[in-house]
Amino acid sequence: MITMCYRQPIINLTINAELVAEILRRFIRNEITRAGFGRAVLGLSGGVDSSTVAFLAAQALGPENVLAVVMPYKTSSEASVRDARLVIEITGIRSLQISITEQIDAYFDRFPDASQMRRANKCARERMTILYDQSAAFNGLVLGTSNKSELLLGYGTQYGDLASAINPVGDLYKTQLRQLAAHLGVPKPILEKPPTGDLWVGQTDEGELGFTYAEVDRLLFLMVDRRWRRAELIRVGFAPEFVDRVAMLIRRNHYKRRMPIIAKLSHRTVDRDFRYARDWGT
Amino acid sequence: MMTAPDDRSSAKVLRIALAQCSPALGDVERNLEMHLRLIEQARSQQADLVVFPELSLTGYFVRDMTPDLAVEPSGAQISRLLAAAGPMAMVVGFVEESPRRRFFNSVLFAEGGRIIHVHRKVYLPTYGLFDEQRYFAAGDRIQAFDTARFGRMGMLICEDFWHLSAAAIMQAEEVDMLLCVSNSPARGVDGPKIRTAETYENICRAYAQLLGAVVILVNRVGFEDGLCFWGGSMVVGPDGQIIAHAPLLDEALALAEFDPLELRRASISTPLARDERLLLTIEELVRIKRQRYS
Repeated sequence: MITMCYRQPIINLTINAELVAEILRRFIRNEITRAGFGRAVLGLSGGVDSSTVAFLAAQALGPENVLAVVMPYKTSSEASVRDARLVIEITGIRSLQISITEQIDAYFDRFPDASQMRRANKCARERMTILYDQSAAFNGLVLGTSNKSELLLGYGTQYGDLASAINPVGDLYKTQLRQLAAHLGVPKPILEKPPTGDLWVGQTDEGELGFTYAEVDRLLFLMVDRRWRRAELIRVGFAPEFVDRVAMLIRRNHYKRRMPIIAKLSHRTVDRDFRYARDWGT
Repeated sequence: MMTAPDDRSSAKVLRIALAQCSPALGDVERNLEMHLRLIEQARSQQADLVVFPELSLTGYFVRDMTPDLAVEPSGAQISRLLAAAGPMAMVVGFVEESPRRRFFNSVLFAEGGRIIHVHRKVYLPTYGLFDEQRYFAAGDRIQAFDTARFGRMGMLICEDFWHLSAAAIMQAEEVDMLLCVSNSPARGVDGPKIRTAETYENICRAYAQLLGAVVILVNRVGFEDGLCFWGGSMVVGPDGQIIAHAPLLDEALALAEFDPLELRRASISTPLARDERLLLTIEELVRIKRQRYS
């Protein structure tokens, strides 16, 4: 008689993409209309995350009600802009291309020694101010495109690409988001290219982070969703340094996921004991 | 051909309307209008009973609005609904303010224009995404009640339904119908069905068979702060088969017809209630109480 023993954890990162797409289209429609709008604006980089959100928004609101803003900097790769244009063409959404080179360079002319990190963050925040300005002109809400892996690892710029009114993909790990993208018909070259913030020439997320999303998503799933402890993770084969590094990234970047802390003085403080849903009254 | 000692064979088929709606968050006036519209529709469909979901007058994430949204069962808002329902029975979810100034997550059953029973949610989930104990007082009773047309009825609210003890009490009460109103959010999208919807369906079908009762689930739809309420309201017969199933995610006024004679047939084929040994259960519970609390 053979007894089956499961020593390895079950890490199921597959999603029912059809069901997820249906929920997310309804989410976009519902949250935008209840806020009194009917349109949406997003920054389209040509990567898989923003392309997926573009497809979802086009289906949820109708392509004429979605504005994609393509905002290259002089070091952005031509392939990124080309992929963004391909998504615009397929989905039929409206678009606007605004180069951010002039304003970024004008600023850093005064600070020529600024690090790559400062420049990358400044670009992300420049794009954010453009999106919010265009959202006022277009009468729509800004859609977020940060996925769960990025949010947990803090791989994003606070008040930059992390800023949005609503985020349909923030509870999907990168590997799950890819399944949704494939289901929605995001073109293959976009699905298959290595994830990049296009922060500088040749930059890739996985190169910068030092691990792949496929690896880290398995770890994040057990740590965050299933609440596995350090020793339990190591016991099933995760390297201690990897576990510690990821735990540190999650903790150290938590501030990016929260609103600023307010010093409490009164009996009812806005960030603490003044508790209302954001959808209050709608 | 057998004849029943009393003429139950003439019992009328019951028509139940499941008002799977999407209440506005914190707008009682708007929700009252929605209730009135759905009551009107249910009446035009000759429903005997219309069931609204948990907190149907207020929406779910009421948080600090709780005291602002609370009503008394005898208040003007609920009186308007009672008048509109007329002879049709009705189940409505609301924030109840008690005479002792406590706020409960409550559901009322009304028949013939008057309130027969109010159930106050006993198990207030306060974990994960839930935070109910912060805002609500917990109910301290799980009791069935008799109705004119629906036999003996038990009502539970969402989390109550997940506690086996609540179902066991309803079995001891020998209910004909067990009704659960809920605001269940979708979680778990890795399988063919939403995981929470799958679990609810399993519980409904198991309870229906184990209690030999009709189980009615009415769950809301719509979104609040990114949470998706999945709907999927259903009526399950005492044989565990689904009689009616409202759609997932969409608003609907779903109608289900139920022949009360099915209860008699179920109690003949699977007489679990007859064989239940209530005193044994009570004695064992008293023993456990003695061991745990002495």
